[in-house]
Amino acid sequence: MLLSSLVDASRLQFALTAMYHWLFVPLTLGLGILIAIFETKYYRTNDESWKKLTQFWSRIFAINFACGVATGIILEFEFGTNWSNYSWFVGDIFGAPLAIEGIFAFFLESTFFAVMYFGWNKVSKGFHLLSTWLTAIGANISAYWILTANGWMQNPVGVAFNPATARNEMVDFWGIVFSSTTITKFSHSVLSGFLVASIVVIAISCWYLKKQRNHEFSMRSIKYATVFGLFSIFMLMVTGHSSAVTVAKTQPMKLAAMEGLYRGENGTPLVGIGILNPKKEYDNDEKPYLFHISFPKGLSFLANMDFDSFVPGINDIIEGGYKYVDKNGEEKTAISFQEKVERGNMARRALELYGQHKDNPDTNIRNQVLAQAQQYLDDNFEYFGYGFLKDPKESIPNIPMTFYSFRIMVTLGGYFIVFLLVCFWLWKKKVIEKKKWFIFLAIVSVPLVYICAEAGWIVAEVGRQPWTIQDLLPVQASVSGVSSGNVWTTFIIFAVLFTTLLIAELKIAFNQIKKGPEGIKWN
Amino acid sequence: MNTFRKVYEFYRDGFRNMEVGKTLWIIILIKLAIMFLILRVFFFRPELSRYDTDAEKAEHVRENLTKQP
Repeated sequence: MLLSSLVDASRLQFALTAMYHWLFVPLTLGLGILIAIFETKYYRTNDESWKKLTQFWSRIFAINFACGVATGIILEFEFGTNWSNYSWFVGDIFGAPLAIEGIFAFFLESTFFAVMYFGWNKVSKGFHLLSTWLTAIGANISAYWILTANGWMQNPVGVAFNPATARNEMVDFWGIVFSSTTITKFSHSVLSGFLVASIVVIAISCWYLKKQRNHEFSMRSIKYATVFGLFSIFMLMVTGHSSAVTVAKTQPMKLAAMEGLYRGENGTPLVGIGILNPKKEYDNDEKPYLFHISFPKGLSFLANMDFDSFVPGINDIIEGGYKYVDKNGEEKTAISFQEKVERGNMARRALELYGQHKDNPDTNIRNQVLAQAQQYLDDNFEYFGYGFLKDPKESIPNIPMTFYSFRIMVTLGGYFIVFLLVCFWLWKKKVIEKKKWFIFLAIVSVPLVYICAEAGWIVAEVGRQPWTIQDLLPVQASVSGVSSGNVWTTFIIFAVLFTTLLIAELKIAFNQIKKGPEGIKWN
Repeated sequence: MNTFRKVYEFYRDGFRNMEVGKTLWIIILIKLAIMFLILRVFFFRPELSRYDTDAEKAEHVRENLTKQP
């Protein structure tokens, strides 16, 4: 019970920090690129109004950047304090990408960020433009390294476990950096940041149109943000599909949770709209949905690009016995939860034996036992984490949270396609300012796009539970021996600190928006 | 030397002429102070930092990974 409380407190604290972090990051990723595009326009035309436009959006970028910069550092504190077993177990797989990220963040963002803000009229136009592009690209490259670490947790490839150090050691750096999970995760996350930036720029510009001011500024901003947003949302559809294909191969339980799917079939339908039956458990005969409208064979196509393929449900994954193609492209028969637990226990027992005999003074016995333990680990390590689970229920993530978050993300994604197409059409007709309903929609879309981005992360992170590292380490084995009271105290401090930061950001940003582009004075 | 002076003046003038930036710097400094002087010192001491060697850290984690029921 105590452990459960500590695990819950640590998870809640991490979730709070990560969700606040993702309120600040996406705007930085997308707005940086948009600003670089605006400044490129200024560089090419030498038109001062483009410079003013670039400077205004740069200021919004700076406010967001300054308020958001701490949340990522706190996540790194939490790894060492609350998740020490995990931090040690992952070894340099987590450390290397984060170190590279730190170097990139420092050299690219910090250096060129200063030129971007202090350099107007002090460095050449070309060098200033280069600095803006490098700041924007640097932020996105930083995101790549962070998502490499996250992608590895979802799909741990390119490593070998060393029982002597109790750590995973990197054996294939490029395999980790370019794993299908990392690539789809990066592209999907960064594109969602681009969409956030587009919607924020459109909404602020629409507010100016409503106030009948800064007309030319707003129309230009809307034009570029809309095209950028449309590009992002269509690419999000492509990368969303790629993500589903990857999840189907590497995290079938997450896919089943996203769909509330208990029994798979050949040609599994995709639930479009649905209400889950709260009484449904994997081990009862209740119907999974109270209501649903599904697309026939949709999930089979989404997961495997084949309308008639089999997609396993929660019960299938627990019972095993179905055929599947693994992440290496080999056809296999799935083993049951119980078999995975047995193999996980063998791996844990082998690690224990290794620890007991590594310093055995009898060389013969030591070599024999260590070799045997190593063999058992090699054979069973892929199920190491199952050795901590007792009940199949422990292997099932929170179905309602995953299921509904996925639908919120997809529904809002659909809304943004329509919104951006309408926006482009109204811009083309030059009638946006006359359409009060659209201006209202644009402003309401700002909280909606953040909800959409957060919902995507909830699907990714809640859907992979109970694993911190897929199949290798569950959350209960990842936490440190700190007191849950301590974790709750810092949770409250963070909640207050982050909320204050968010209010400060919004207050400063609203002040700048009210002043408008004409209120900007740059040295 | 001239280059260093130019870089120094670049940053000095930049910071001096900031408008919103001053508020943002105050926010950043308060955040860093809370994080590194309060949270890091009193709440966020990495658990494994009490061990001196990697071998001791490995032993601690191996115990945790094998003894937990």
